Amino acid sequence: MKKRLVLTFLKETVEKPITYHLVKDYDLMVNILSAKIEPNEEGRLVVEISGKKENLSQGMDYLRDLGVSVQPLASDVRWNEERCTHCTACIPICSSQALVVDRKTMIVSFNPDFCILCGLCLRACPYQAIEIMF
Amino acid sequence: MTKTIAEINERIKKGEAVVVTAEEIIDLVDKKGVHQVAKEVDVVTTATFGPMCSSGIYFNFGHSKPRIKAQKAWLNNVPAYAGLAAVDLYLGATELAENDPANTVYPGAFRYGGGHIIEELVSGKDIRMKVVSYGTDCYPKKELSTWLNIHDLNEAVLFNPRNCYQNYNVAVNLSNKVIYTYLGTLLPRLGNANYCSAGQLSPLLNDPLYLTIGIGTRIFLCGGIGYVAWQGTQHNPNVARGENQVPKRAGGTLAVIGDLKQMEPAWLRGVSMTGYGVTLAVGIGVPIPMLNEEICRFVAVRDEEILAPVVDYSKAYPEREPDVLAEVSYSQLKSGKIKINGKEVPTGGLSSYAKARQIANILKEWIIKGDFLLTEPVQRLPSVETNITIKPLKERGER
Ligand code: SF4
Ligand code: SF4
Repeated sequence: MKKRLVLTFLKETVEKPITYHLVKDYDLMVNILSAKIEPNEEGRLVVEISGKKENLSQGMDYLRDLGVSVQPLASDVRWNEERCTHCTACIPICSSQALVVDRKTMIVSFNPDFCILCGLCLRACPYQAIEIMF
Repeated sequence: MTKTIAEINERIKKGEAVVVTAEEIIDLVDKKGVHQVAKEVDVVTTATFGPMCSSGIYFNFGHSKPRIKAQKAWLNNVPAYAGLAAVDLYLGATELAENDPANTVYPGAFRYGGGHIIEELVSGKDIRMKVVSYGTDCYPKKELSTWLNIHDLNEAVLFNPRNCYQNYNVAVNLSNKVIYTYLGTLLPRLGNANYCSAGQLSPLLNDPLYLTIGIGTRIFLCGGIGYVAWQGTQHNPNVARGENQVPKRAGGTLAVIGDLKQMEPAWLRGVSMTGYGVTLAVGIGVPIPMLNEEICRFVAVRDEEILAPVVDYSKAYPEREPDVLAEVSYSQLKSGKIKINGKEVPTGGLSSYAKARQIANILKEWIIKGDFLLTEPVQRLPSVETNITIKPLKERGER
């Protein structure tokens, strides 16, 4: 069984070798698709995890117990330009800079090539300009 | 050198008025000085676009045959207030649909409510209306279910008891978990900071003492013509102010009114705040007549000179504690980063500066073309010479 997930960590957890434990204690294969961890900050890991079904669910429980937020990876993210008001609420939320703002014009744009499909902008956008397919 | 509104209107009618936006005036004053610019410019346009709770519409849907006296009513399953008259309803922007799970599945998505219906009505979409009543001799009908369209309504009026906040909090989260507020999603431990004001373009920040904006001021309201009806609820002129008289906290507010039928969906949008609720984003443009040099100094205010308080929405705000973590300027906020407790914090907006700028330019065009004349306020808004402040609620067990 294989799952694509977005793991969001707290600072304390970042310092623990969690991928090591997933591999060693739960016999899972962990393929890191994208990682962004800054010391003293939140970390975000986009991973593909494969292994036996029960190991997978135990591994997920282990992560949740550590306070890691586990979310399924979106399969597609669409930014509806017509509905976007360029408010910039999504800008600090999107850590991969797929959503960016030109500070001169204050106009927001979306570059799907930078999008890691974490889905965090969906909740942050008050104007329903983001559509996410899981 | 002083001018009157009547003189400015004469110039507008002749096509001679000089009109600039509250952004353009900054450079002009820099280059030519207050004295010169006060003479040359006639009108400065200000604007804002953002979520504004305390908004809503009232309308008259016409009498059915036989007649009904609405006791309860729903629009697309969202309750409207029927306690006005037989066929008048008021729909508030923050009203939720009857079956909305709200925050039972936390954080609630709040995909649809009053604000969205207002946007759909303005877009010309049909809305399902259900009405029930107890029946009277003169209004015998007890149930009504029909489609409504804005074109068929007798009157449809946007009436917002509080819009256009003069300044506002910057929201952050000091706790260890994500929180969902009316100022957006706030990441833990100062993960982001959200603000909601157009700063140097915002109407009441350009007229900090309400010298020109008053009851009866004609405005751009969501693409149509509207008016300032009154001071808004929670209008609070006596907050801390800078030397430039600009409030450093949420200060004055406006109640505004206008014909919904003239409005456009681009300037009036339903808003879904994850974990909080629904509301309405409203676009407002207000002209400021250049009556004298004092007004010229006020409209030349720039983002660097406007400060907003940073407030923790995980504790200080919900507990109504007065703590302010820092004061930051709108130029810092718009740069994308501010510093709080030595930490660099990325910023996000809820109001749209890009849209505010568009509105200020549209209003400018209207005035230049002679389509929009300025009004003399019928009465001034309460300002610093009053003793008005906003009172918190005193909860009482006894009378
Ligand atoms: S899903 Fe949204 S927040 Fe995540 S990377 Fe893509 S655009 Fe940015
Ligand atoms: S939060 Fe939504 S509306 Fe605001 S800029 Fe981002 S995509 Fe556009």
